Amino acid sequence: MSELLEKPSRRLFLQAGAAVGGGLLLSFEIRGAARAAGTAPSLNAFVRIAPDGIVTIAAKRAEIGQGVRTSLPMMIAEELDVDWAKVRIEQAPVDAKVYGDQWVGGSTTTPDEWEPSRQAGAVGRAMLIQAAAQKWNVPTEGLVTEPGFVVDPRTKRRAAYGELVEAAAKLAPPDPKTVPLKDPKTYRIVGKFHPQSDNLAIVTGEPLFGIDTRLPGMLYATYAKAPVFGAKVAKVDLAPAKAVKGVRAAFVVEGGTELDGLLPGVAVVADSWWSARKGRDALEIVWADSPTAAQSSATLAAQAKALSAQTPHKVLRQDGDVDAALAKAAKVVKASYDYPFLAHATLEPQNCTASWKDGKVEIWAPAQDPEEGRKLVAKILGIAPEAITIHLTRSGGGFGRRLMNDVMVEAAWISKAVGAPVKLVWTREDDTRHDFYRPAGWYDLTAGLDAKGDLVAWRGHAVSFGDDKDFARGAEIDGNQFPARAIANYVQAVSTMPLDLPTGWLRAPGNNAFGFVMQGFIDELAHAAGQDPVAYRRRLLGEARLLGEPGKEDTVDTGRLRGVLDRVAAMSGWGRAVPAGTGLGVAMHYSHQGYVAVVIEASVGEGGKPTVHKAWVAVDVGRQIVNPSGAEQQVQGSVLDAIGSTLRQKITFENGAATQANFNTFPLLRMAEAPPVEVAFVLTDHKPTGLGEPAYPPTPPALCNALFAATGKRIRSLPIADQLA
Amino acid sequence: MAFTLTVNGQTRTADVDGDTPLLWVLRDTLGLVGAKFGCGAALCGACTVHLDGAPARACVTPISRVGTRAVTTIEGVGKTPVGAKVQAAWQAVDAPQCGYCQAGQIMSATALLTAKPKPTDAEIDAAMNGNLCRCAAYLRIKKAIKVAAGLVEA
Ligand code: FES
Ligand code: FES
Repeated sequence: MSELLEKPSRRLFLQAGAAVGGGLLLSFEIRGAARAAGTAPSLNAFVRIAPDGIVTIAAKRAEIGQGVRTSLPMMIAEELDVDWAKVRIEQAPVDAKVYGDQWVGGSTTTPDEWEPSRQAGAVGRAMLIQAAAQKWNVPTEGLVTEPGFVVDPRTKRRAAYGELVEAAAKLAPPDPKTVPLKDPKTYRIVGKFHPQSDNLAIVTGEPLFGIDTRLPGMLYATYAKAPVFGAKVAKVDLAPAKAVKGVRAAFVVEGGTELDGLLPGVAVVADSWWSARKGRDALEIVWADSPTAAQSSATLAAQAKALSAQTPHKVLRQDGDVDAALAKAAKVVKASYDYPFLAHATLEPQNCTASWKDGKVEIWAPAQDPEEGRKLVAKILGIAPEAITIHLTRSGGGFGRRLMNDVMVEAAWISKAVGAPVKLVWTREDDTRHDFYRPAGWYDLTAGLDAKGDLVAWRGHAVSFGDDKDFARGAEIDGNQFPARAIANYVQAVSTMPLDLPTGWLRAPGNNAFGFVMQGFIDELAHAAGQDPVAYRRRLLGEARLLGEPGKEDTVDTGRLRGVLDRVAAMSGWGRAVPAGTGLGVAMHYSHQGYVAVVIEASVGEGGKPTVHKAWVAVDVGRQIVNPSGAEQQVQGSVLDAIGSTLRQKITFENGAATQANFNTFPLLRMAEAPPVEVAFVLTDHKPTGLGEPAYPPTPPALCNALFAATGKRIRSLPIADQLA
Repeated sequence: MAFTLTVNGQTRTADVDGDTPLLWVLRDTLGLVGAKFGCGAALCGACTVHLDGAPARACVTPISRVGTRAVTTIEGVGKTPVGAKVQAAWQAVDAPQCGYCQAGQIMSATALLTAKPKPTDAEIDAAMNGNLCRCAAYLRIKKAIKVAAGLVEA
């Protein structure tokens, strides 16, 4: 079968030449069909091979903990055939004119970069071989490479890459399509365990993260915003803040009402962050009334319940005749599911450093979508995008939070106001109470089973946020979630209600909730049918086929889902006897081009407290696993992240404001609660895809299904909290 | 007022208010940004340093309470044999994901292994439970501690 998401229109373009300071410089980009005219360049990376053999790779994507600063250079270095110890990695600056899109998210980096990065490395290697052939006056045929050397096996002659770069820099690069790629069996770097390239700096406390930025003459800022989103400052006496030792300025920022723009607030700027914070704490700010203050989680839930009972606003997908099939069904099962708002809670709080000078601003940001930040800063400060320079720093976690650039525009504004470089750091409380939250949602589900227990009809009605035209950010409901297209009679409908709270994308957007709903309900159906949950899912998957059109991202390959389901069943010893009070739960999910099945073993102790004993995870993201270390980390991290949120996390709103503020009220999983997570990769002949997200969605339902097996109590509302007490 | 501190074996002075947490003295006044700010409320452990070898949350330790105790940060912990072993193990098992919590994790782990060179699983959990990792790299962190303790191979 052809690869699902192959994009034949995307091509590699490569330039080669002499590097400043000596050596060979390769720069390359992939262009889609739309860019074939060559208007907007989008360099993927620079590779410089110096005369001393050191290879420097400037990676354009930001590191947020997903390991991309290691895995992308690994792909290039493999085909270039260099010694990994000689590779240095630099962060490329943010420049759309050179690099195009530099955002990170959606597990897109690996699939986007796999072909072009390897081809670029192979082109470099071919040029070095050609340079050696010229030097030795022999044909290129028969010459081979060993890491960092071109070798002529006939004469045993060897030339280090560094000796060849000057000559290679004068050659025209060959057409990437004509250069063969390595046989994966001969890989020396790709597929091998590689620690992250920044590890030494991390373990020795070197400055790396946005919050570590220090500039000469830099001041420190805090920014107090209303707990009610977008409320203006009605009254404030700034004198108490200005009286605090070290405070240099305190002022009101008018701001606007757009939730992802510059919100109103009070800035306090000082010569240390602690002074700025003390100054801020000394203020008594009276916030103006805001129409958004009427919102609360309880009201939203009541509204959602009312909407669920009415005719849906919109049908997203309709197959067959669900009413007729339900009327004929031997058994009808109904259930309602819901999930809460969630914060991202990156451990590094939102922060940004900005330096305004002479109408221009230079920015240091831990950001996932810096180009959008540039646009926002340009718009709000009323300057040209060209007047903004952005440096990407490492991020202390992203999870989708840093796709939004609210903190960047605040820092730029404050720096402009005080005319000095300013580092703005949010408090943890700011970070929790001013997130772009994973939206809550509600699902009513009805299914019909025939006499054999087979699923013959499915009706879903989701309630989400948005207006007639658009969903709120991150609140999209997908009509094609499995078992859509696997059964003849299927309806997925949606109703939306307006929301004046900031929402956004959290790790595996949409899917992080769909997995819980769909795989929880399918588990209920297995039990209603009196069948084993794994066996029931196998029957539902049926024979291997594509649900949807080839090449579309929402197309599900049932064979690949079956593959991970079978693997996880085998790994976990599915069907084995477990002690009373302990249960095994299973779930499977396709998202972000990855297929993942999870089994969890869990029990419930004193006071209804759930304990997770172990998780088994089978993952199919094609072939090759680029860096097994990073890959395992992403899967384990996603699974443990999902366990933590499922157990305890929620954001609730009262009077228009979030009620949680720090890690005592928005608890993260701790070490003692983290079970072993055994990961297996099912290798299939598909292009490798990303791992930042797909292991998250099947985890909440696997856990809830395990707790059902253990206790007979079905969790249909997240978080689990004390529902089992 | 001016406070005199011993940080990583060096004498440093800081002219700040006595209620200033050690974390901000280290990061903003002395320019040692290895200790991280995560919560400001002793809930996450990102700011963990050693005071006379014992782990302390620098975000809630006012400078006036440090006294004569020697301050060790992630920048200096590698000079101790246990700290060096822990840092090496962290790299060998590739413990970090985003890396932001790791300075605090290493400081807690070093204090643990200094007091208990061969800790049990339960002792590791107890010593490390105050250190949050949002990326949930806990399994690798635990492995790194065991590697540093010589209990398992990297
Ligand atoms: S910053 Fe000190 S414990 Fe979180
Ligand atoms: S590695 Fe990201 S918080 Fe621990």
